[in-house]
Amino acid sequence: MSENTLYPGLNLGETHGEAHEQAESIVFGFWVFLMSDLIIFGILFASYASYLDPIGMAGGPGPKDLFDIKSVALQTGFLLFGGIAYAGVSLALKYEQGRAKLIAWLLVCAVLGAGFVVFEVKDFVTQAGKGGIPQASGWLSSYWTLVGLHGFHVCCGILWILTMIVQIATRGVDDTVKVRLSMLGVFWHFLDLIWVGIFSLVFLVPLA
Amino acid sequence: MSGGTSPIFGNLNWNVTPYTDAFQHPDSSTIIGAGAASVLVLGAIAGLALLTYMRWWGPLYRNWLTSPDAKKIGIMYIALALVMLTRGIIEGFVMRAHQATALGTLSAQESGLVAPDHFAELFSTHGTIMIFFVAMPLLIGLINFVMTQQLGARDMAFPVLNQVSLGLTAAGAALVMISLLVGQFGTGGWTMYPPYTGKIFSPGEGVDYWLWAILISGMGSTLTGMNFAVTIFKHRAPGMHLMRMPLFCWTSLCVAIMLIYAMPALTVSSAMLALDRYADFHFFTNASGGNMMNYANIFWMFGHPEVYILILPAFGVFSEISSTFSGKRLYGYTSLVIASMSIAVISFTVWLHHFFTMGQSAGVNIAFGIATMIIGIPTGVKIYDWMATMWRGRVRITAPIVYLTGFFLLFVIGGLSGIILANPSIDYQVHNSTFLVAHFHNVIIPGVLYGMLAGIHYWFPKAFGFRLSETWGRRTALLFVGGFVFTFMPLYVLGLMGMPRRSPTFQNPDFMPWMYLAAFGGVLMMCALASLVWTFWASYRNRVALAVPGGDPWNGSTLEWSTPAPVPEWTFPCIPQVSARHDWGERKRAGDPWKGPAAYTDIEMPANTVHGLLIAIAAFALGFAMVWHIWWLAIISILAIPGIVVIRGLRVIEPRIIPAAEVAEADRRFRRLVENLPPATRADEETERNRGVPDITEFAG
Ligand code: HEM
Ligand SMILES: [Cu+2]
Repeated sequence: MSENTLYPGLNLGETHGEAHEQAESIVFGFWVFLMSDLIIFGILFASYASYLDPIGMAGGPGPKDLFDIKSVALQTGFLLFGGIAYAGVSLALKYEQGRAKLIAWLLVCAVLGAGFVVFEVKDFVTQAGKGGIPQASGWLSSYWTLVGLHGFHVCCGILWILTMIVQIATRGVDDTVKVRLSMLGVFWHFLDLIWVGIFSLVFLVPLA
Repeated sequence: MSGGTSPIFGNLNWNVTPYTDAFQHPDSSTIIGAGAASVLVLGAIAGLALLTYMRWWGPLYRNWLTSPDAKKIGIMYIALALVMLTRGIIEGFVMRAHQATALGTLSAQESGLVAPDHFAELFSTHGTIMIFFVAMPLLIGLINFVMTQQLGARDMAFPVLNQVSLGLTAAGAALVMISLLVGQFGTGGWTMYPPYTGKIFSPGEGVDYWLWAILISGMGSTLTGMNFAVTIFKHRAPGMHLMRMPLFCWTSLCVAIMLIYAMPALTVSSAMLALDRYADFHFFTNASGGNMMNYANIFWMFGHPEVYILILPAFGVFSEISSTFSGKRLYGYTSLVIASMSIAVISFTVWLHHFFTMGQSAGVNIAFGIATMIIGIPTGVKIYDWMATMWRGRVRITAPIVYLTGFFLLFVIGGLSGIILANPSIDYQVHNSTFLVAHFHNVIIPGVLYGMLAGIHYWFPKAFGFRLSETWGRRTALLFVGGFVFTFMPLYVLGLMGMPRRSPTFQNPDFMPWMYLAAFGGVLMMCALASLVWTFWASYRNRVALAVPGGDPWNGSTLEWSTPAPVPEWTFPCIPQVSARHDWGERKRAGDPWKGPAAYTDIEMPANTVHGLLIAIAAFALGFAMVWHIWWLAIISILAIPGIVVIRGLRVIEPRIIPAAEVAEADRRFRRLVENLPPATRADEETERNRGVPDITEFAG
């Protein structure tokens, strides 16, 4: 195509194959998409900050009544280890270690992601039980939207992992699948990044 | 809206159409409503009948709806936009006619053609349509059609995604259209500010129509932005360095970046409003810690960049046509590039000027006021560059040049009134008056509308193989210029006299002379619309005489003019090797630009697919179901969308191969044709002697 250099990510196979040429624009495009997604999160972060005051809480339950920092720490652990586990996928891909290994590592990621979701949902349920439903105040609306959207992303990521497993099993590790795996990797790490923001701004700041 | 919610039909019942109103209390307002619905229904029936009678269903499906070709997608965008433009202009005319009869008295306040609520619906649909379903598809369509050709690319980076974007935009437009017949549209203006548009003050389906049209089409525009950006960064022909790109591509790049960063804000503000309405959240409610100023803030984080998204492609078009029709090289290429990029960046820092009166401190207002004024500088640079391009050129007064001249004269006035509004203390006086309405129409019509119409006129032969009638093109342009002056200049005066915008009625008889002038302008605008339609029709009938198979009717200098007209689906037989900024022009200067490639290879094209169409149908069903609370349909369609994507992901999709022999055959035929066509001089340009092969000795660009 143009005189641009090749896709700078990890090798998608032992040598620079055709997958690399495809990755060049597809993975770049996916990065662009995530930048746009990042703006969505950015605006939600800003909104959250703007509702984080007594007026926004409107006499409803506040952070100290609702947040369980231990559970949040646990979720953080699940999610970040899930991110690290994806390295297994990338390396298995690069060194062509076979389908079984790829699928195994993908499953590890999915399970850790699911662990995160389970604890997050548990928190949501407890909070709702204490009256912390999104209909209670502007602050809670923004809390549920921001954290819920991230959780929704994680669920999408898990679904994506599962469809990748099906693809690897049915069509094998062809170039298209390789490129999709590297996009999935970018996405999966992006979720960690957002979570770091949520962990600090949404949970730590108001508790501090 | 009477009766409960049925599990199958949601809130739908037989009383939602405007006919019920028209039968129960017939007056001018309800009859206009029923008439508009009838036009929609009859138009749809006529369209379906025509397709059936002409046996066009097959070709429409095979050649258009399932095509991932960016050029065809571009043409479909523009067709959609022109249909919506028709509705938008008619609505504008009805509003002008209404206000010309809306002088009320203190005792009988309501008067005029349409009822106040109906008037509110009119300005809301008009604004929404004009911005999201006219201006956006026009520019996205034009970029789709032109940009890949100018870059020397075979197609967009993601052709199927492109199809999906078109489908989402069309689904949004269809929602706005169907609201004519089924239920009502919102009355909150194109910005739909809460709390008025919250559930308490606006129950019913109106605001939801807007929300879903915006959410769905906005998603399409975000994806388009990504597609454009990746295409420009990764799919340029070899040798097409960034600083060799035609200016239209530069402005497309700005648009792409702005779409990527601005559209999410609209998605967020609309989604929050939807949560407030559907799930009782409290983002923007009056009670429980809601804060409507957040809506204004987020909406305009999108809204202001949006207006530059609209204008920059027009700037791109003006850059191309000022140079081509003056037979001169574009003056100040680098300064134009820098100006475009500066506009794109600065446009993200001024959004607050849309709510100077909302109570933030003077210091904040001043900062944003100054930022707003600064944006006038790069814009001014551009105007001077175009004028310098034309200076001492051999300017041919073609239709695009008439648009450009109208743009010069009028856009500067609109820009200056913008600078006036950028001063917060003045804005306090004229805020929300028709002065503002005059201002934004004054930049949007001469800028966006003229620019896009000029671009359509300029590139039309590339798409369809024949030129548009210059005579009718010029008449249309002049009518749009005259129509603008009469419709909107009076609104400056009315605004200074204190008339608020969006007024269904007023009691000051001094307004009337200006109202009549504006109404006359509305008539001219309708004539311009008719003349535009006639231009297409008259040129179509005369297409043999206007044919330009040589493909270069204006003696252009950019790559898209090197191919036949109409351009083949593969655009270039071989991806060109670019060696200069105006590559096609340089090849003309070197002599024998039409020399064919030495060898041909097979061409890989993305295979046709119904993917985009299916997603469009599902998205429309989702929007409609959500508007009418038909939950089962909403659930099915929301699951259908990822389902369609996943199914496509699981299949291995082979591209379509066009054999080298076929390409060679077609290309050689084209080269022979060009050799045998007589070259047309500049003086012949508008005559039948112009067969699309210019006299290259005259080339001076
Ligand atoms: C061609 C002839 C046109 C006519 C006769 C016309 C007329 C009008 C009128 C009468 C209004 C209502 C003014 C008020 O609130 O007092 C209006 C509003 C508006 N127009 Fe136009 N217009 C035209 C073209 C356009 C175009 C080309 C665009 C944009 C591409 C546009 C965008 C808008 C917008 C955004 C509003 C604001 C709607 C709102 O208040 O929410 N108009 N127009
Ligand atoms: Cu603005």
